[in-house]
Amino acid sequence: MLALFLENVMLYIELLLQGLISGCVYATIAVGLTLVYSLLRILHIAHAGLFALGGYIGLLLTNTTGSLILATPLAAALVGVLGMAIYRLCYQPILNRPPYVALIASIGLFIAMEEIFRLIFGPYGLSYTQPPLQTTYTFAGMTIRAVEIVIVTGSVLILGILSWLAQKTRMGVAWRATVDDPQMAESFGISVLQVRYLNFFIGSALAAVAGVFVSLLSNLVEPTMGGVPSYKALAIIVLGGLGNVAGTMFASLLLGVTEAFGTIYIGEYMDRDAIAFAFMIVILMVRPQGLFGRR
Amino acid sequence: MGIYELSLATVVCINIILALGLNMITGFCGQISLGHAAFYGVGAYTAALLAKAGFSAMVSLPFAMLMAGIVGVIVGLTSLRVRHDFLAITTMGAGFLFLGIVRQEDRFLGGELGISSIPSIGLDKAGYFLLVLLLAALAAAFSLYVKRSWMGFAFEAVADDEDTARMLSVDVPAYKLAAFAMGTAMAGLAGGLYAYFARFIMPDDFGFITSITILSMVAVGGIGSIFGVIIATAILTLMPEFFRFIGNYKLLVYGILLFAVMRFAPDGLAGLGRLVFKRRVVKGETP
Repeated sequence: MLALFLENVMLYIELLLQGLISGCVYATIAVGLTLVYSLLRILHIAHAGLFALGGYIGLLLTNTTGSLILATPLAAALVGVLGMAIYRLCYQPILNRPPYVALIASIGLFIAMEEIFRLIFGPYGLSYTQPPLQTTYTFAGMTIRAVEIVIVTGSVLILGILSWLAQKTRMGVAWRATVDDPQMAESFGISVLQVRYLNFFIGSALAAVAGVFVSLLSNLVEPTMGGVPSYKALAIIVLGGLGNVAGTMFASLLLGVTEAFGTIYIGEYMDRDAIAFAFMIVILMVRPQGLFGRR
Repeated sequence: MGIYELSLATVVCINIILALGLNMITGFCGQISLGHAAFYGVGAYTAALLAKAGFSAMVSLPFAMLMAGIVGVIVGLTSLRVRHDFLAITTMGAGFLFLGIVRQEDRFLGGELGISSIPSIGLDKAGYFLLVLLLAALAAAFSLYVKRSWMGFAFEAVADDEDTARMLSVDVPAYKLAAFAMGTAMAGLAGGLYAYFARFIMPDDFGFITSITILSMVAVGGIGSIFGVIIATAILTLMPEFFRFIGNYKLLVYGILLFAVMRFAPDGLAGLGRLVFKRRVVKGETP
């Protein structure tokens, strides 16, 4: 009886850990999305394409230079600049249109990006020639890979630094003021345009880092890798209350854990992605403004 | 017409019914749906199961419409609960939910393999095309009727400004539900017709890409314009067939087209048509 109980507890802990790991990846993707939404009220689907691009650049650079530590920031910077370009070329001219215009344009952009990846890098995906961080540690009967530790500490560190920047620096204060009230911020001499560029740079760079994380987890980048996690990121930012960064992080972890347990207990009736969206729909029925949203 | 052209024409007409259904929801009533393929799928699976159980198309097609309409009203109820920009994501979620359930359910719905050897409707290719053409014409006439009715005005008011519409004592929730019911029932009809046409359906026919394809037909045609949507549907359905060489680039072209239309001509073909016929010069907007 006790042995069975202990075995169950071990299973729960392992599921919880797996859930938290995917939750950390989701958070890194979703924070960028929620940043864009809170500033511009655009559902930035093409974010998913930037995520996949980050994975590709990270993997290719690691394979050529042999150094993941060099490749990841480079991928983040390149994708961040591309994110700024997307804002300038794609979103800025249609900002005063009804919201569905930007949404559909963004979907088109995302599909085109996915197809470009497929045409350039081939449909079957790429792998690391020497997968980094594959050491495993055994701890109290559980096996943890070095990659997983790096992902959790990395995302906690990055998001922690980000929230510190938002609270303590002039740039962060300007950003928060602009989100709160763009007109008032502008009249205080804050350049709204610069804040938007910064926003797209940081959000896209985060997406690229998440792409590198996922490529390390599965040792694979493929053209469609942006699809599912990023649709889930949309579910997450809705759950967290659109535009709410702390809510988004919490919702990411919650969704990761729900999925991990869901696949074990209701996996027979629906697949992992369906569980995520069923969870979202149930929550929205109870709290239409999201878990932490204000009406 | 040969068999190949007949098949193509049948697919175009099925897609027209499908796109006009979404146009009812997104075009007339302003409610963005990113999960329209799910209702198409509900119709297709319902018709396929009933046909395999021995019912005639006279029973299975109306029932496919009914089922899709019921599911549509349920999803429509969520649209009443959530904020405007949440709806796109909720409907997308409904699409993934449908797909996830159909994929895992292999006793009745065939799982990943789908449903095969669906019985024929009992018409030859030409006869079936005429039936689908008739139904597509009916769908277009119905759309036109709704657009010009009092309901059409109310839809427009809801699409334009929900709060003002409410203030003018337009029953916003009821009209939203009506739009969802009619639009998804049309998707269900299209699904049933597709099941009888292909006689083999599988989950991937009704995935997110299909939803986006339908949305692109409506967006390229010009959101809310019936003739624009019909023309865009015909063009987008036939384009990959006529230009075989773009076969591998089909999705790339879709994506770029969707983006380019929204970026440079957000009113779609209908907007361009208006521009040409009225010779109205629109000055470029400075951002």
